[in-house]
Amino acid sequence: MTADPDLLLQVDGLRKTYPGDGAPVVAVDDLSFSLRPGGALGIVGESGSGKTTTARMLVGLERPDQGQILVQGTPLVARARGRVARLARAKAVQIVFQDPYLSLDARRTIGATLDGVLRLHGSASPARTRELLAQVGLGDREAAALPRELSGGQRQRAAIARALAVEPAVLVLDEAVSALDVSVQAQVLNLLSDIRRDTGIGLVFVSHDLAVVRYVCDEALVMYRGRTVEHRPVADLLATPRHPYTRLLLASVPHPGWNPEAIGLQRRELAALQAPLLLPVDAGGGR
Amino acid sequence: MPPLEMPLLEYDGLRVELPGTARPILDGVTLSVAAGEAVALVGESGSGKSVTARAALGLLPSGARTGGQVRVDGTDLVGADAARLRAVRTGVASMIFQDPRAGINPVRRVGDFLTESLRLVGGRTRAEAEARALELLTAVGLPDPARHLRQYPHQLSGGMLQRVMIAGALTADPQLLLCDEPTTALDVTTQAEIMAVLGQLQRDRGLGLLLITHDLDLAAATCDRIYVMYAGRIVETGTAADLLAIPRHPYTAGLLGSSPPLEGTPGRLTPIPGAPLSLAEAASGCAFFARCRFAQPGRCDLTPPVLTSPVLTPPVPTLPVPAPAAPTLVACHRADELIEENR
Repeated sequence: MTADPDLLLQVDGLRKTYPGDGAPVVAVDDLSFSLRPGGALGIVGESGSGKTTTARMLVGLERPDQGQILVQGTPLVARARGRVARLARAKAVQIVFQDPYLSLDARRTIGATLDGVLRLHGSASPARTRELLAQVGLGDREAAALPRELSGGQRQRAAIARALAVEPAVLVLDEAVSALDVSVQAQVLNLLSDIRRDTGIGLVFVSHDLAVVRYVCDEALVMYRGRTVEHRPVADLLATPRHPYTRLLLASVPHPGWNPEAIGLQRRELAALQAPLLLPVDAGGGR
Repeated sequence: MPPLEMPLLEYDGLRVELPGTARPILDGVTLSVAAGEAVALVGESGSGKSVTARAALGLLPSGARTGGQVRVDGTDLVGADAARLRAVRTGVASMIFQDPRAGINPVRRVGDFLTESLRLVGGRTRAEAEARALELLTAVGLPDPARHLRQYPHQLSGGMLQRVMIAGALTADPQLLLCDEPTTALDVTTQAEIMAVLGQLQRDRGLGLLLITHDLDLAAATCDRIYVMYAGRIVETGTAADLLAIPRHPYTAGLLGSSPPLEGTPGRLTPIPGAPLSLAEAASGCAFFARCRFAQPGRCDLTPPVLTSPVLTPPVPTLPVPAPAAPTLVACHRADELIEENR
């Protein structure tokens, strides 16, 4: 892979295994993709498909066994040592989790949290804090509140504001809207598309929900048992899904005239088909 | 399906109030499920949908003041004594929950879990109970029932364990199955398989099914009728097809406008502003007043709207309008004025 500083994110041949009973469990295998400025990639899959492991590798919470992650042409340091390196990594990629409590300090107000992040990166000012809050649709009342005093949707907005405060090149959202009520989820989805429109930030949107991925992203990558089974523009992927697993995912979404009984059958067919379609992950002992 | 003389499950103005809250958790909930019918109760977190489901087993929050009735197979459970509650819970109604792992003892085998009530309540011998457990595991579509009986819960996936919980609910040979977000913790493909099992049970055994869910699309795809709940009140009910085609309440319309579609031109979503009413917030009139873009101050915030049949029917010239299988009811002061706006 050649480093291209014009690309926000380049991921090449990523592999991650965890120790299991006997043979190691391959969580992610041979994952490659890239992200242009302002691009948004959806990573879709079920639990155990490797999508969360991917998100964690992108922010440096897990170290890949193999492969490389470049942000604007520069390798992402797996273990940043020292203040300068840590700040640089923070500026490269930020993450928003499903549970906003994971990135907000329960004992600090939202305003103080944002202020702290801005100060670390040398850009603190009351005006900048207010601007960030306004960007996610929060005001002075929310700035003075502790995370537990906010509703779920407001907390997730605060977590997004905290991530944006760093002005990262790439924002990773790991099931960031999954726990929200549907009426509140729509507010956050609109917020994300505004952020995409107004900034050049790149989004990696990890989700199990194809409709939500369609709304936020222009490309989708479907993962199944750690492997990429399909990676295409969202519209094409939904219109003409090629891999049986993508077809199964689409058929599983409840719709009028839905026949859930056909899904079980389709799933068993996929299990039977899987050998020719997916190479055994441990064959040949890696790349 | 034609309504029977006596529904299997019938809520009649159920009201549940907890001390120290500004509004009742449930405020006059009226709902019915007939034998063999699949009914969905849709709402967001805090709407009171789970409290409603639990009330069908006589499980009400402790310290709650209650009013109205919940009749299961003719027995009123509000204020019922322990013997009557026991009779309903062990023979008429069963419940499955969102997290199957929370409902099963992790250090005992699946077989022990299933046979315990069959032996203790059903009076079966060990061999009879095991034979019945095997039947039930087969009925919920587990691939290798004999082996699963000897397995521990941690050896099964979430989807398989939810099937075990459904089998467990069937040990009482119920007529009514209460399903509280049964697939929310599961992957979409597994969700489809669990809904297929529930649909089969409903058809083959004539079970009445009450599906509690936050997912209007899932409700519409699997149930005959839908009740939409907001802040402890039923705001709209009708057949699944009617509700989706012609939402009458601005909240129902708002829910539909909030979910991104999988097909068609993706326009910008029109979310409902604000957040659902918490228990600390009281509503003098319509509970949806603060979030409703059609709210009229001086009208909607004065008295709570009553669930009634809308007077006007919307003009749907292209569709022949058959007699509705179930009437649409809506609790909105402006329902008749908003027919076009909500679509």
